[in-house]
Amino acid sequence: MSEHPLLDQQFPEWVQADARPGYGGWLVQAAHLNDVARWLRDQAGYDYLSSVTAVDYFPEDRMEVVYHLYRSTGGSALVLKVVTGREQAQVPSLTPLYPGAEFQEREVWDLLGVRFVGHPDLRRILLWEGFAGHPLRKDWREPFFEEEVKPFKSRWPEGHVRRAEDGNPYGDNLQYPPDFDPDSWQPQGEDALYAKFQRRADEGIHTDTMIVNLGPQHPSTHGVFRMVVQLEGETIVDLKPVMGYLHRNHEKIGERNTFLQNMPFTDRLDYTTSMANNFGYALAVEKLMGIQPPERAEYLRVMMAELTRIMTHLFSIGFLLNDLGAFFTPSLYAIQERELILDIFEAVSGSRMMCNYFRFGGVVRDLPEGVLEKVKELVLERLPRKIDEMDAYLTKNEIVRGRCEGVGVLTDAQAIALSASGPVLRASGVPYDVRRADPYSIYERFDFDVAVRYHGDIYDRYLLRLDEARQSLRILQQVLRDLPEGPVMNGKPQHLVRVPAGEAYGRVESPKGELGFYVVSNGKPNPLRYHVRAPSFINLTSLATMARGEKIADVVAVLGSIDIVLGEVDR
Amino acid sequence: MNGWGIVRGMWVTFRHFADTYLEDIRRGRRRYRTAEGIEQRRRSDVRGIVTVQYPEEKLPVPEEFRYLPFLVYDEGPNGEQNLRCTACGICAKACPPQCIWIVRGSDPVTGKPITAPAEFSIDIDICMNCGFCAEYCPFDAIKMDHDYEIASVNRTQQHIFNKQRLMRPASYYASIRPTNAAREEAARSAKASKKPAAEGSTN
Repeated sequence: MSEHPLLDQQFPEWVQADARPGYGGWLVQAAHLNDVARWLRDQAGYDYLSSVTAVDYFPEDRMEVVYHLYRSTGGSALVLKVVTGREQAQVPSLTPLYPGAEFQEREVWDLLGVRFVGHPDLRRILLWEGFAGHPLRKDWREPFFEEEVKPFKSRWPEGHVRRAEDGNPYGDNLQYPPDFDPDSWQPQGEDALYAKFQRRADEGIHTDTMIVNLGPQHPSTHGVFRMVVQLEGETIVDLKPVMGYLHRNHEKIGERNTFLQNMPFTDRLDYTTSMANNFGYALAVEKLMGIQPPERAEYLRVMMAELTRIMTHLFSIGFLLNDLGAFFTPSLYAIQERELILDIFEAVSGSRMMCNYFRFGGVVRDLPEGVLEKVKELVLERLPRKIDEMDAYLTKNEIVRGRCEGVGVLTDAQAIALSASGPVLRASGVPYDVRRADPYSIYERFDFDVAVRYHGDIYDRYLLRLDEARQSLRILQQVLRDLPEGPVMNGKPQHLVRVPAGEAYGRVESPKGELGFYVVSNGKPNPLRYHVRAPSFINLTSLATMARGEKIADVVAVLGSIDIVLGEVDR
Repeated sequence: MNGWGIVRGMWVTFRHFADTYLEDIRRGRRRYRTAEGIEQRRRSDVRGIVTVQYPEEKLPVPEEFRYLPFLVYDEGPNGEQNLRCTACGICAKACPPQCIWIVRGSDPVTGKPITAPAEFSIDIDICMNCGFCAEYCPFDAIKMDHDYEIASVNRTQQHIFNKQRLMRPASYYASIRPTNAAREEAARSAKASKKPAAEGSTN
């Protein structure tokens, strides 16, 4: 804690240390949250609000809103907590101070029912207005509720088999809020959405703006994602993203699962980077359990994470070109490389995309025969050549430059304020990479540079991904050089792990940005709280800032340069 | 110069296109619909076309590939099918989507529960292919299959696999996962040879 200011000495009246065993950080009085946060931001350098979430301590009448703050120059997290009651749960909004909290506070309102006083646009974000209740509250139950936690007793050993779908009959598996009639319902949320658009003062000639919905079914949105844009002619005046079409309440599922059962579910967040998702979750739970994987497992983890990064960056460059109109030819060149990396994942983990490779205290198995040779061939021979090839084909291409240079600009100050992370943040001139800023696993041992670019436009985000793929190759070369022999798992594999009570936040630099898992345990086999800080979701906070003033055709490229995956955005 | 980027881009595409035919001429008939041809197109130094014409051609799957679980039985000398499963239920408890139903069998005479399943069903609609059941089974009784072609025309009736549908002989398991099967077999025989020795020492 020494690197952080002692808040209880700075604000003895308002702040006290969280002294519960297994917990850390500071409990702040709700009324003074803004003062403490302003001091932290302006005086102590905590300019980056990474994660906002809440924990429901039902049956106690207690909810805690949890904030993770960082210095954009590096270091570990400063954790703030604000306690509120469950009825009329409300805390002051931090969005005026940290604009990056906007979507996260909406998510907490939507899923946990905590009101943020002073939030500019507090609407549901992942669910729709006809949804009854706030599903992450511990006393909320779905209409097809089965049991509170897994393993479900009903499934074993008695009773006759029935299809899971029969317990969840179509048409009968939803409930509405009281006094809500779906037949006479008018979409109020839409009006609320449109009403929040910026109004322009008439400048002489009166012109109307036009509202256009891009998506949810639109090839440019990489899935089911909707952008509502307000246009003046072809120019974007304002933009509101609408998401949640792929929402499945990953976190509620996670709180019903046992700790280990969550591992394959993390694969399904950002389904292109499942190894990185496994990594973050394993780190969080290992922190709680106080265990370390053996050396060889650490190297294998880094190897898989860096292969994932190369694969995802090439993939996203390919799809950026799709969004620019070069339909599928460049992306198929990228997919060709991706296939070779997926072959490795399949041989190692058993599945190309749903890898489920990490376990608490190691990885599931060692490299099968012949895989290491394949990795060597790729890392030392093919991938460097192919990344150079990509560079040669695209970087100087006049269409790429014409469409990307100077478009969708995000300045460094904006990127930090909007809690952008990953390539979006680093392309705006902020050399912040979790692998260096707050090293985890064995990244301290490797020699690599944090890629950074300074213009903050689409072109720099593209270049940055190429730079990063090259740096990943450097790391991989060192991994291959140093890979030790030995076991890949500590202890006997167990399907039920004992996790002591407490909280932990495991974060990794996923290819999309900072991927964090906030896990709270109460000593039972299931997590009390399981929260995912999804980089794709939070990077979308800056979409409107990037898009304002651009032409409508460019918003597609801007979205492509953020590189979202809807499995992670909507969770 | 304007337009140069387009020319270069088209040239890249054209080269790949031409490479495909040059390779075809060089390799002749062996290039398609042969294991050698498929392997050659999967290599990292491949030129030209990289795709596989499914379903005429199929990619070989690696040993660790996992799809749906199956139950392993040992074949007795008189053709009996001895399931290794003891109905302990660890797989059902470890299963993340909870798709395994087990009913423990009972002795037909005494009615006492025995260590064998009377029913064993997997709802394959919700199985997420994670492989935990196979990983945590202490008896090597449930394993992940390589067969991924399981499309059926009747979703409501054919997607619960019962015990009969799930059973596969140990020889099949050894054929799809030779390394794993050999390692487990060695571990089992080592354990078996240790046991009588340990009993002998106490006697």
